[in-house]
Amino acid sequence: MAFVFMEGNEAVARGAMAAGCNFFAGYPITPATTIFNNMLQMLPPKGGTCIQGEDEIASMGYCIGASMAGKKVLTATSGPGISLYSEHISFAIGSEIPLVIANVQRLGPSTGSATRGADSDIQFMRWGSTSGAPVIVLAPKDAKDCLELTVHAFNFAEEFRCPVFIASNKEIGMTKESFDMDDLNLPPLVERTPYTGTGPYVPFAADPDKAPPFLPIGGKTLVRQTSSTHGPDGYITIDPRVIAEMQERLHTKLDAAMDRISLYEENMVPDTDTLVISYGITSRAVADAAAALTDRGRPVSTLSLKTLWPVPESLLLEKAKPFRRIVVIEMNLGQYVNEIKRVLCGKQVDFYGQMNGILIPPAKIMEAIENE
Amino acid sequence: MNSFLNTSRPPVFCPGCTHDRITKSLDAALVTLGIPDHKTVIVTDIGCSGLFDTFFNVHALHGVHGRALTYAAGLKLADPSLNVIVTMGDGGMGIGGAHVLAACRKNLDMTLIILNNFNFGMTGGQYSATTPSDAQVGSAFLNQAEIPMDICGVVESAGATYVSRISGHDDGLSDELVSAMQHKGFAVVETLGLCTGRYTKRNQLTPKVIDQMIAQRPSPGGVIAKNLRSEYGDRYRQLAQEKGKFPDPFVVKKQFDMPDARRHEVVILGSAGMRIVTAGDMVCFAGISGGLNVSIKNDYNITVLRGQSVSEILLSPDKIGYTGIESPTVVLALSDEGVARRQKIFAGLSPDTYVLKEASVAIPDTPAQVEEIDFKAIKIKKTDWALASLAVLAKHEIVLNKDMLVFALKSRFNEKVFNLSMETVEKIL
Repeated sequence: MAFVFMEGNEAVARGAMAAGCNFFAGYPITPATTIFNNMLQMLPPKGGTCIQGEDEIASMGYCIGASMAGKKVLTATSGPGISLYSEHISFAIGSEIPLVIANVQRLGPSTGSATRGADSDIQFMRWGSTSGAPVIVLAPKDAKDCLELTVHAFNFAEEFRCPVFIASNKEIGMTKESFDMDDLNLPPLVERTPYTGTGPYVPFAADPDKAPPFLPIGGKTLVRQTSSTHGPDGYITIDPRVIAEMQERLHTKLDAAMDRISLYEENMVPDTDTLVISYGITSRAVADAAAALTDRGRPVSTLSLKTLWPVPESLLLEKAKPFRRIVVIEMNLGQYVNEIKRVLCGKQVDFYGQMNGILIPPAKIMEAIENE
Repeated sequence: MNSFLNTSRPPVFCPGCTHDRITKSLDAALVTLGIPDHKTVIVTDIGCSGLFDTFFNVHALHGVHGRALTYAAGLKLADPSLNVIVTMGDGGMGIGGAHVLAACRKNLDMTLIILNNFNFGMTGGQYSATTPSDAQVGSAFLNQAEIPMDICGVVESAGATYVSRISGHDDGLSDELVSAMQHKGFAVVETLGLCTGRYTKRNQLTPKVIDQMIAQRPSPGGVIAKNLRSEYGDRYRQLAQEKGKFPDPFVVKKQFDMPDARRHEVVILGSAGMRIVTAGDMVCFAGISGGLNVSIKNDYNITVLRGQSVSEILLSPDKIGYTGIESPTVVLALSDEGVARRQKIFAGLSPDTYVLKEASVAIPDTPAQVEEIDFKAIKIKKTDWALASLAVLAKHEIVLNKDMLVFALKSRFNEKVFNLSMETVEKIL
């Protein structure tokens, strides 16, 4: 048996390297800084570029430029940085620029607590941009997940040409732990589809449920990129039909692949009537609580979501179906539970959340499950 | 090529707008340079200057107000062979000021053309960072309470290696743009021009007045000798190449049978400078070498040289779920600050918990078994107390034994530090 020993932030960096990331730009912020530190160690020896931006807005701008030149880019920040990323997240969504954003969440609002964890930004990552067009958000529960999900994040960013978030947490990012590298289950790498057609390149021409094929700025074929509302040719348009098609495609390209995007872990126990749904660091305490409840003769089933956005609606409906009661546990005062209530409309959905700078202990979760 | 202008998208500026002349001068400059179309990218942001990319048959990237330089830097770093041109108005320059300064300090080989027409043309002629205090603008009297900034002065002091100011009506504009693009480094060309749609309706600004403005504040003239230095990309790649090898993950194999292979929760309570975090890592390395799963969290001040330093370590034969400390099996109390930070745990400790207390440290009442050791008396420095307390654990074979501790020290330290740390360990064992 051989273990590696690393914090979640190092695991994100190693996942990025495993995914072929060759460009990083970021601005230091606790508790995400060590992702930057690690990339600064890992990228130069591999010929990659690692830049400290003058601020978070610039860091995202560097990433957008590099991604449009064909690089696989990563940036890392925490809640206050996501606030500043917002205008460029919108740009990357609307203009289909692949990038991966590691958000090592800390307790908000605002500057909040730099060294205290919380799943503060679960709705913010999804909705902190203009237009309401979707992003992908993946939530790791430990260092090993940080590595694996970062590879998935790059794959999704490349395939769907959209920003993909790693919704980490101070309690994962800055906690060092051991895991067995042999247990890693990395997906095969996906690269953005290059344009191989024979006609003139129309940069945003795509099937209604796909991202457009890509060519880099700097290649032989001229490329147009714009943050403005554009037609397939990359020029501003006011044609309502063209606008509507572009807007719809931003949603459809993800919706059509929902089943593949929906990553999760489950522990379904026969003859249980309660399903506990959680994600991220909290799902580890949920697993402990479930084990303790089994010892007490009151077992429950658990579902740990790794893909939070797009909401895995069919998965939730399928998994929740046999259960009388759903209990949702979150390290905030109730963000994702609203999505679960929406999808599982009519089911009994109970909630426990905590926002006090410390992890939710298993005992609190057991209480929430037992106190119906 | 005779022209890089996009015939299907002819310029659409207001009649008399200087931007139109600048578009043609930039085209003439690109023709003179003779760089292939696919080796040039025009990067723009918001405002009338943001229309430029559509008028040219080259690569184009149009983005958010004031941020053009950031995309340009990403492109240039990703593809150093690109001729990168950024157009920005006085508006974009103002809102993106931090990026202008950073670009000057970096000195990437790019050309920034600031199309200064003294106001925000697109949104109604509001005042910008360059509007004279006595101008009539779309933001009522607000410009009267501020002064305009001197773009060339600012970028020169920020480190731009090429800076010039020129009228958009100057016949030499095309040649000036050629020189700027040929300069290897960050070149800033400030063009002064007329916004006929907004500004000149209310202000007496003509090409002649612009010439007088330039006569009063002459162009820095191109290359700024005192700022000359390596191009950023070249320098970056040179420095990066000198960097060492890729850091492979640290792998620890199981090689010992734990004396005490059950779940442990170890809390080390110390202060900044006592190498608490390092000691915590040692416990983890030792644990992994004994085949256990481990996790560690550290709590220290952002002012890293002052205040408490606390490590919380879990070791378990099973995979670790919840990473909080629930019932410590070992507490090392090495400083009052550290103890103060976790004061509440002492009353709830189990009678089985082993507490090591340095003689000078006071701890609250506790049902746990407490061993007091006077490290000072055996001439162990405070910076080594954490290490010494691990040696005490090894002596009792709690959590780790001597072989595991030696293994951990060897894994983490170079030979010199290892030998020094063994001197401390030998005083205990």
